[in-house]
Amino acid sequence: MDSLPVARLAGVSHVYGRVAALADIDIHLPAGSMVGLIGPDGVGKSTLLALIAGARKIQRGKVMVLGGDMGDRHFRATVQPRIAYMPQGLGKNLYPTLSVFENVDFFGRLFGQNPQERQARITNLLASTGLTPFRDRPAAKLSGGMKQKLGLCCALIHDPDLLILDEPTTGVDPLSRRQFWALIDRIRARRPGMSVLVATAYMEEAEQFDWLVAMDSGRVIGSGTPAGLLAQTGETTLDAAFIGLLPADKRGQHQTLHMPPRVADGATFAIEADALSQRFGDFTAVDRVSFQIERGEIFGFLGSNGCGKTTTMKMLTGLLPPTEGQARLFGKPVDARYLDTRKQVGYMSQSFSLYGELSVLANLDLHARLFHLPDKRRHSRIAELMQRFGLADYADQAAASLPLGIRQRLSLAVAVVHEPRLLILDEPTSGVDPVARDQFWALLAELSRGQGVTIFISTHFMNEAERCDRISLMHAGKVLASDTPAALCAARGAATLEAAFISYLEEATGVAGTPAAPPEEVAPTAPATPVTPVAIPAFSVRRLLGYAYRETLELRRDPIRLSFALIGSILLMFVLGFGISLDVEGLRFAALDRDNTPESRAYIQNIAGSRYFIEQTPILDDAGLDSRLKSGELALAVDIPAGFGRDLRRGHWPEIGLWVDGAMPYRGETVRGFAEGMHRQYVQQLIQLSTGQTSPLPVNIVSRYRYNQDVKSIYAMVPAVIPILLVFIPAILMALGVVREKELGSIINLYVTPVTRLEFLLGKQLPYVMVALISFVLLVIQSQLVFHVPIKGSLLALGLGAVLYVIATTGIGLLISTFTRTQIAALFGTAILTILPTVSFSGLSTPVGALEGASYWIGQLFPASYFLIISRGAFTKALSFGDLVPQLVMLACFIPVLTVVAVLLLKKQDK
Amino acid sequence: MRLPSLSNIFRLGLKELKSLWADKTLLVLICWAFSGAIYTAATGVSQELHNAPIAIVDEDQSPLSRRVVDAFYPPYFRPPQRIRLDEVDAGMDAGRYNFTLVIPAHFQHDVQAGRVPDLQLNIDATIMSQAFIGAGYINAITQGEVAEYLTGTRDGGITPIRLTTRVRFNPNLNGLWFGGVMEVINNVTMLTIILVGAAFIREREHGTIEHLLVMPLTPFEIMMAKIWANGLVVLLGVTFALTMVVEHVLKVPIAGSLLLFLACAACYLFAAASIGIFLGTLARSMPQLGLLIILCILPLLMLSGGISPRESMPAVVQHIMLAAPTTFFVRLAQGILYRGAGFEVIWQDLLWMTLIGAVFFSLALVRFRRAVTQTQV
Repeated sequence: MDSLPVARLAGVSHVYGRVAALADIDIHLPAGSMVGLIGPDGVGKSTLLALIAGARKIQRGKVMVLGGDMGDRHFRATVQPRIAYMPQGLGKNLYPTLSVFENVDFFGRLFGQNPQERQARITNLLASTGLTPFRDRPAAKLSGGMKQKLGLCCALIHDPDLLILDEPTTGVDPLSRRQFWALIDRIRARRPGMSVLVATAYMEEAEQFDWLVAMDSGRVIGSGTPAGLLAQTGETTLDAAFIGLLPADKRGQHQTLHMPPRVADGATFAIEADALSQRFGDFTAVDRVSFQIERGEIFGFLGSNGCGKTTTMKMLTGLLPPTEGQARLFGKPVDARYLDTRKQVGYMSQSFSLYGELSVLANLDLHARLFHLPDKRRHSRIAELMQRFGLADYADQAAASLPLGIRQRLSLAVAVVHEPRLLILDEPTSGVDPVARDQFWALLAELSRGQGVTIFISTHFMNEAERCDRISLMHAGKVLASDTPAALCAARGAATLEAAFISYLEEATGVAGTPAAPPEEVAPTAPATPVTPVAIPAFSVRRLLGYAYRETLELRRDPIRLSFALIGSILLMFVLGFGISLDVEGLRFAALDRDNTPESRAYIQNIAGSRYFIEQTPILDDAGLDSRLKSGELALAVDIPAGFGRDLRRGHWPEIGLWVDGAMPYRGETVRGFAEGMHRQYVQQLIQLSTGQTSPLPVNIVSRYRYNQDVKSIYAMVPAVIPILLVFIPAILMALGVVREKELGSIINLYVTPVTRLEFLLGKQLPYVMVALISFVLLVIQSQLVFHVPIKGSLLALGLGAVLYVIATTGIGLLISTFTRTQIAALFGTAILTILPTVSFSGLSTPVGALEGASYWIGQLFPASYFLIISRGAFTKALSFGDLVPQLVMLACFIPVLTVVAVLLLKKQDK
Repeated sequence: MRLPSLSNIFRLGLKELKSLWADKTLLVLICWAFSGAIYTAATGVSQELHNAPIAIVDEDQSPLSRRVVDAFYPPYFRPPQRIRLDEVDAGMDAGRYNFTLVIPAHFQHDVQAGRVPDLQLNIDATIMSQAFIGAGYINAITQGEVAEYLTGTRDGGITPIRLTTRVRFNPNLNGLWFGGVMEVINNVTMLTIILVGAAFIREREHGTIEHLLVMPLTPFEIMMAKIWANGLVVLLGVTFALTMVVEHVLKVPIAGSLLLFLACAACYLFAAASIGIFLGTLARSMPQLGLLIILCILPLLMLSGGISPRESMPAVVQHIMLAAPTTFFVRLAQGILYRGAGFEVIWQDLLWMTLIGAVFFSLALVRFRRAVTQTQV
């Protein structure tokens, strides 16, 4: 063992909100060896690894890695190319829609490798991991084991000196697991100087490591070689040794679980599955699975993530109708419509399916009521379960705030609240610590042996499978074998269930296809000596384009986002172009003609002849006038009094009444304007006819409607809608693009690779600028071909303005993405923050000149104000390029400001 | 099959209310949508003439021309800018003035001589909402000033027919009346679809809805529970917004029966919530739902007649929008709230709206089971 530690932590503490993840850790991790962190979920293993990898910001204490301080930004930048980090979760830092090759290629770009180098390295890595045949398969469609191998390829692309693996084999089948470790051994053999740091929940694996660190509740409870830990606690297995290391108060309740033997009662079956198959498209998730489970039996499904366990269980519960085959529960076929069968079944899904916001009591009560337990029975049943499952202390806590182990017990309590005869439990213990797992199994034992409940459970833990009466080994949708654990071991002559499973897997997959065994087939590509750290360029176009390229691929493969980006703007252009029409035409009017003389008919005819008004059937009486206005049928009613013609002839100034529907004020105002205008015109004609005088008015006002002679609102709307759409949609997509990475976890690649914040942001921005420009071109074409709004001014100014504008608007999206954490917040936040200033303060509805105070300044500080002038200028005002230069310059000024602010706000490390 | 269980629907609905209560962000959004948002929308952006920027070229500099210039003042117009004739184009191009009025030399002289001089009025017709109305006001103000100068009365001279214009339902054509109530209606659409759609996707993502389907519950019961619970919340919000914000704070009179309106709103909530669940069955994740909602809500709001009159839209759009319940709701809401229409006037709209809602409900019901089991595949 090297004398110099690869990592040294001193006084390191880390909190999330009020929860302490790490409490005052002091530890030295030896270099050049395989170091394992062991302990259940939530004890701080991941946090510790993330701090060492530089993915999280150090809150307190000192973290020294590879001889330098990880708290120092400059040191991190130089050391990051020597570290590789694979976060927890299957394929967490991979891009699901990208193919195997594209994923590895992207990482190569991030480390600034040129195309030839990348090609050579990828070919070798894929060959040595056996992924070559799957080169073009999207990462999402890989099995768990293959995903982890791909993750390893991505981690190894740059020959790291320190490889950090966070639970790399959780949920992976035992054969893939063994292959994975064989792969690591070969890599270490080739690069002996490399240190490997692994977190794991599988104790069997940890036994093979050089050095172990046991953790509990954010503290180190023991460290040393595996043999040393066993000796220290006087136990024979690491599982037991770990429990031995736990503080006394946690260990106290624990006693080794003894599963009482089952007394078989013979013939009757609780579940019979006959050649069940489930296909999704061309993918067969479950392939002709058959089994029979006796009443009172504990039957286990053992297999890796994605092998079809969950799908089979869904078919048994009736959630998913099988593509082929049949399942019978208690002799009756499973059918979603038989509600009675469901009363006999309790189900616990992988995600626990509790209402996190409801309290423990409320969760139990809700389910009891939904199963229609009578009031009295309900109270006693809930009390009984609270007591038996140890939930009484938590009765009023929200389910989401409970520790994992308690939540799991609550979930089981909820599943059995109606005393079902059959329990279907889908991986109920994943992520739970060994003590809580044993407590859970004690409950299962009692249910099965004590109450005769049949239990169908799936798991990927071998020691849990060993407790089942019978198990089925599952792989890739098929059942490999089904029998008691002892019989399975005997059949294969294996000492452990794991060895037996591996033997079955090898037979099923044909070991020849897996390259795990023979190490000589791997060409030694990587130099045996560590690469000398080269100076990392502060800005690399290759890394920037790497991000741009990857973002483009992802966008192209996401149909909903892509169609929103391209069709969204076209669709909304139609909606807004037609929807905000301010043309007031086709107004319905009717007259109540009480006079019915040539004079009155002439007056009505004058209105009916205009293009604004359409005459409806005449109004008959006052009641008709009232009701037809009330129903909204008429926008205008004309009331001509009796004697109108006579009075007019005699010069008695008859009076006409106009009734305007003012419910919609803008329309009402316009209707009144039109009607009064026509009235004036008509009166002038009368005067002209009788007196010969041309105008009764003292002045003549000549109105010139400029830029839009017909005053058609479409000419006004189209140039105004384009700026709205080019801020709204690009900003949303941009913000989603960044926040998505935060939510899915691939943002980690920004934290732990040499890519800089500026490269990350610009690289991600580039594709969205291109998409926005495509939609700009489509909008312009639409405005020409559909709306027939000609571009009278400078097309060049419009085009250049659009380029600058979409860079600025995607920049706004970037800015918003730096302070939003979820996609949904980014989505609605961006929508509100962009639409409001665009519509209200940029001169769209209210002219800039009419704005005051804050509204005015918000408008001035928002790019839409300037592009709106350019768009109107180029479309309707026939302005030249020269006229629009000031606006173009202003738009250009937004770009560096937005970019700099976004870079400053973006974190290069997680909190 | 059995009949739907009312007690299941009731229990699940209560659970829905508790979940909503726990989600403080959504609660804040709901409260804002039915109070502050209504107030801002009603008092904020208006389509009436307000502070319109106007410039006047006065080449006459006579008492009469100055009198005309002084006649423009807030709130309709900003105090006029006096500019030179050669500044007109640049100012209009840059959008600094929406109106420019050119008073020629010898204006007063010509008026007094009865020669009817020409005044040139330039109108920026890209500002549609103000162009027509503003031009009308400028016309009336100028003529009135001149007439008063000549004759002492603003309508100057005699007219053979007198005209009395009465505006029904909103005598002063106050934009506040319209904006406030329409904002309530728009927020009903928006909130109902978002609340129900998001509640559905959230349960799908957490796997709890799957759990419900394994219990003796039917999709019909689960959907109805979501609809009544979220619908009730929105309905309470509407009642508050109409009585407190619109009637009390904004002092807008409500013409018809509030009870009739709320009954119609309940039917509309059913329709909108069904659309929400339907969208929830189409989307696979919350962000996808968000994008879908944006693409659906905007047309619903803009084209249903709540923002601009339906009759000025192209016939195709008018016909397509007859498939949206919002169109009928906006129409009947305007009828009841502004014009005091009764059941006999609006019953057809109500019927259509409910039928369309039932269609969306059935579509969602058909897709429900498949959508739920799809999530984790």
